[in-house]
Amino acid sequence: MGGPPTTGRLHGEGLTLAYDQRVIAAGLDVAVPDGSFTVIVGPNACGKSTLLRALARMLRPRAGHVLLDGHDLHTRPAKQVARTLGLLPQSSIAPDGITVADLVARGRYPHQGLLRQWSRDDERIVAESMAATGVAALADRFVDELSGGQRQRVWIAMAIAQRTPILLLDEPTTYLDIQHQIDVLDLCAELHEEQGRTLVAVLHDLNHAARYATHLIALREGRIVAEGAPGDIVTAALVEEVFGLRCQVIDDPETGTPLVVPAARRRTAV
Amino acid sequence: MSGTLRTARWGRYSLRWHPRALAVVAVCTVLALAVAVVAVGSGEYPLPPADVLRTIAGQGHPADAFVVNDVRLPRVVTGLLVGAALGTAGALFQSLTRNPLGSPDVLGFTQGAATGALAVIVLAGGSSLALAGGAALGGLLTGALIYALAWRQGVHGYRLVLIGIGVMAVLTGVNGYLLTRAQITEAGRAVLWLTGSLDGRGWDSALPLLAVLVALLPLALGGGRALRLLEMGDDAAAALGVRVERLRLTLLAAAVLLTAAAAAAAGPVSFVALTAPQLARRLTRAPGANLLPSLCVGAALLVGADLLAQHAVTGRVLPVGVVTGLVGGAYLVWLLATERRAGRI
Repeated sequence: MGGPPTTGRLHGEGLTLAYDQRVIAAGLDVAVPDGSFTVIVGPNACGKSTLLRALARMLRPRAGHVLLDGHDLHTRPAKQVARTLGLLPQSSIAPDGITVADLVARGRYPHQGLLRQWSRDDERIVAESMAATGVAALADRFVDELSGGQRQRVWIAMAIAQRTPILLLDEPTTYLDIQHQIDVLDLCAELHEEQGRTLVAVLHDLNHAARYATHLIALREGRIVAEGAPGDIVTAALVEEVFGLRCQVIDDPETGTPLVVPAARRRTAV
Repeated sequence: MSGTLRTARWGRYSLRWHPRALAVVAVCTVLALAVAVVAVGSGEYPLPPADVLRTIAGQGHPADAFVVNDVRLPRVVTGLLVGAALGTAGALFQSLTRNPLGSPDVLGFTQGAATGALAVIVLAGGSSLALAGGAALGGLLTGALIYALAWRQGVHGYRLVLIGIGVMAVLTGVNGYLLTRAQITEAGRAVLWLTGSLDGRGWDSALPLLAVLVALLPLALGGGRALRLLEMGDDAAAALGVRVERLRLTLLAAAVLLTAAAAAAAGPVSFVALTAPQLARRLTRAPGANLLPSLCVGAALLVGADLLAQHAVTGRVLPVGVVTGLVGGAYLVWLLATERRAGRI
């Protein structure tokens, strides 16, 4: 097991998370290490997206608190929180007839006011965000004309234009082809390494998680089964415990991180 | 700078706008006012626009003053205000429901106002003031009912539209029942009211509506910036620091109040709330709710329709609701046909 995380700006204490009467997690403690690329993994319906939504204040915990810099998220002014904590939701709707530049510019909303609608900082940061995500050349294109991979880069550009030290991403690779999945994850790794942001992502693919995460949280039925560096915690036993999947764990020939190879059918049939 | 927006800065302060939207606002305002002046000048005692303006400014012939200031001006001003209120309310509803059909006509608020008015006419035989009160109350109660029924961990566009349609069906039945209970003279009055008409509207109709607009417009327009973000989805807006449910409740309440006040002043004038925002959106080509352009288009549309209604058929004055219904209905069909072709519905 990896060591307990160091003090984080973002953590949850005693979280009970529920939709209506359905309790997803009870008494959950979770901390996001500062400067980490934390990835939450687990089988479907384990509560990983629910946990991320609670950390992002999209879901109010039934009990417990999510604390950001020591304050309960829900007691702080919404715009103030939005300057520290960003979220890339699983699906967002691009308004009809909006250009890439105008959409990315919306990420500046928490820094703006009625009489401060577009400062020079806003202009510079939006240009930088589009450059960092490789969409600067698309600035005047309409978002609805773009491919899925380009569109996801635009949404990420909007999220980073918000300039939050912590950015949460809810399954950022869903609906993308494999090359665009890797493209988006490489971009996240860059944001993490070069800009020193803390990232928290929910990912479906355990191998992607093991390759990109610096801190992995494995969730099952609303409980944290293991957390720590992927190299320390990803073992065949853990994968079987969390996902119910028999497998081998080998070294990724590219990166040396753990690579999960599911057991072949004839062997599971025993 | 890339993008379609323009910026002006003074030190720490800056404003940003869509140049086309600003042009639409300017043109439609001028158009609405010009049509209004023509409308005031037309009728059995015609006046050239210059005389109309002079009379409004208090410089005209005393004989004109009565016709202009006491008879025709309140009617036209009521028309402008009803159009502005319906245009704004329609833009708010369509943006909040993320649905081009999410207008008060479709959602049942207008029928609710009609139920209130009919109840006053049929059951109490009340004055026009009581009728306006009944319409406003009916609209507000319907709004509260639909919101309560649609609320489930927040209100979502589709549920609001579907529940609104259901409530509208019920209210249409109730309205039909009330009409069958009415005496023949009352029924005539009720049917005229139900069509939506500006006939005989005085300052007592215009001023309450003006007060509602003055109170609510700053609220609605102030929420416009956050409303644009809400169109990207609740999570995206909340992540940017918008208090989603509070904004939605505030703006829904504002839209319901505007609709109810408009119905109290002129009856349920159909389709302006549906048409004006769609027209405004196509003219400005700007994303977002287009609140101010919708307001101006709505005002221009309503005074234009009223002018047409008074003079389209010689010797017969039509209620404005007939014209907006014909034009708006045709537009709705066109909208559905083209949206379907674009694969959106």
